[in-house]
Amino acid sequence: MIHVVLPAHLQALAGVGRVVDLELSGPVTQGSVLDALESNHPALRGTIRDMATKKRRPMLRFYACEEDLSDASPDAPLPDEVVSGKEPYLIIGAIAGG
Amino acid sequence: MSKVRVLVGTRKGAFVLSSDASRKQWKVDGPNFEGWEIYHMKGSPADPNRLYASQSTGWFGQVLQRSNDGSKTWEAVGNQFAYEGTPGPHVWYDGSPHPWEFKRVWHLEPSKDDPDTVYAGVEDAALFKSTDGGTSWAELPGLRTHETAKTWAPGAGGLCLHTILIDPTNADRMFIAISSAGVFRTDDGGKTWRPANKGLRSNTMPDQDAEVGHCVHRIAMHASRPNVLFMQKHWDVMRTDDAAESWREISGNLPSDFGFVVDVHANEPDTVYVIPIKSDSHHFVPDGKLRVYRSRTGGDEWEALTKGLPQENCYVNVLRDAMAVDALDPCGVYFGTSGGQVYASADAGDSWTPIVRDLPGVLSVEVQTLK
Repeated sequence: MIHVVLPAHLQALAGVGRVVDLELSGPVTQGSVLDALESNHPALRGTIRDMATKKRRPMLRFYACEEDLSDASPDAPLPDEVVSGKEPYLIIGAIAGG
Repeated sequence: MSKVRVLVGTRKGAFVLSSDASRKQWKVDGPNFEGWEIYHMKGSPADPNRLYASQSTGWFGQVLQRSNDGSKTWEAVGNQFAYEGTPGPHVWYDGSPHPWEFKRVWHLEPSKDDPDTVYAGVEDAALFKSTDGGTSWAELPGLRTHETAKTWAPGAGGLCLHTILIDPTNADRMFIAISSAGVFRTDDGGKTWRPANKGLRSNTMPDQDAEVGHCVHRIAMHASRPNVLFMQKHWDVMRTDDAAESWREISGNLPSDFGFVVDVHANEPDTVYVIPIKSDSHHFVPDGKLRVYRSRTGGDEWEALTKGLPQENCYVNVLRDAMAVDALDPCGVYFGTSGGQVYASADAGDSWTPIVRDLPGVLSVEVQTLK
C-alpha cells in the first residue's frame, strides 16, 4: 500500500483526508503513483502535473525518505520504504507568498 | 416572490449571498473552495440552478466547478484548456516575443438557452466553448490566430480575455474584450473575428488609434439594445451605437475616467454605472471616497451616488468583473471591493448598504434574479 500525503487545497478538492492510500499492481514509480492518484481522484487531474505534458507544476515538490524527488525521472523506481508503505510519498506546495 | 442570489468570487473562496426581493435581509453562505482564487462564477440563464465557477491558484492551476443545484453541491468538471495546434508567440511586457501559455479562466459566459453550453475567456487570451456542461472544452481558434494576435501584449493582470457578450437576438454575434488587445466581434459564432476598436485612443501606444492594442477593461450591453455597448477602457468611458463599428467618448464630468467596471440598469438601457478609480498607478478611488457614478443619459452627464458608501479614508479598488445588476424593479446594483465589502443598492443606486464587509478581496460579482 502506497501512502500519498496531499496538501490541504488538494485534500479539499478531492474530498479526502491528508493521506490517500493507493494499491499499485505494476512498478512503483512517481509516474505510476500519480497516474493511480489521478485515476482514483479525477478532480486532481491537472492540479499536480500538466495535463498534456505530465510535467510537475512548478510550485509543487515531491519528497520521500528525506529526499527531494521533484526532478527525478517519473519512471525511476520509488524507494523500497515507499513501496512497502513504511514511508509516505509527499506532495508539497511551495512556501511562497509571505 | 422573486429572490436574488449574488455570486461572489474572492481571492480566497466563493460566497453566495441570498435575499428576497426586498433585498434587506441577506443570508451569507460560504466560503466554498476556500483558499482558492475564484475569478468568476455565473449561472445559466436557461437553468438558474446550473452554476459554473472558475477556481485556480498559482500552485495547483485551473479547476472548473459546476453546480446543478444552485450551489448546494459542486463537482469538478473538465479543466483541460488546450490551444488548438501549436500556438505562436504574443508580445511580452518588454516587447520580446513570448509563447502563448494557458494560465487561468477569467470569465465564464453560459449560453442564454442551453445550460450545457458555456464559453470561457482565458489567459493567455483565447476563447473556449463547452457543449457538455463543462466536461470538455474546445478552443474557437479563429480569435487567437487572428492576424493581429502576434502583436497583442498583456495588461498588468496578464493577457486576459475577460469579457464575453452574446447578442441575445443573434447567438452568432459575440463581442469579447482582451487586455490589452481590445474588442473583437464575431458574426459567425466565433469562427472568424475582426477588431472593433475604431474611435478608441490610448496614449500608451505609439499609434494612439491603432486597430488593436487598447487596454479595454470591460464592456456592457443591455439585452433590449444589443447594438449599444458601453466600455470602461483603461482611461476613458466609451459608447458605441452601431455594434462596435465605432466608439465615442462619454466620460463627461467624471472625476476620473480610469476604472474597471461598467454596467447597465436592467430596465433603463440608457442608465449606466461606473466606479471611477484615481489612476492606473493608484488603483484606489479618488479622494478617499467610494462613489458610484450613474448616467441617466447614456453617458456624458454623470451624478455621484454616495449615500451609504464611505466618504472618507476609503482606498479600495473595484475590479472589472465585480459589478452586476439584478432584473427587479427598482433595479438592484451590486459591487465588491478589493477590501472585501459587497455593497448592494435596491433602488438603482440612490442608496447603498454593505451585505458583507470583511470577505477576502472580491474578484467578481454576478447576480441571479430567481422566480
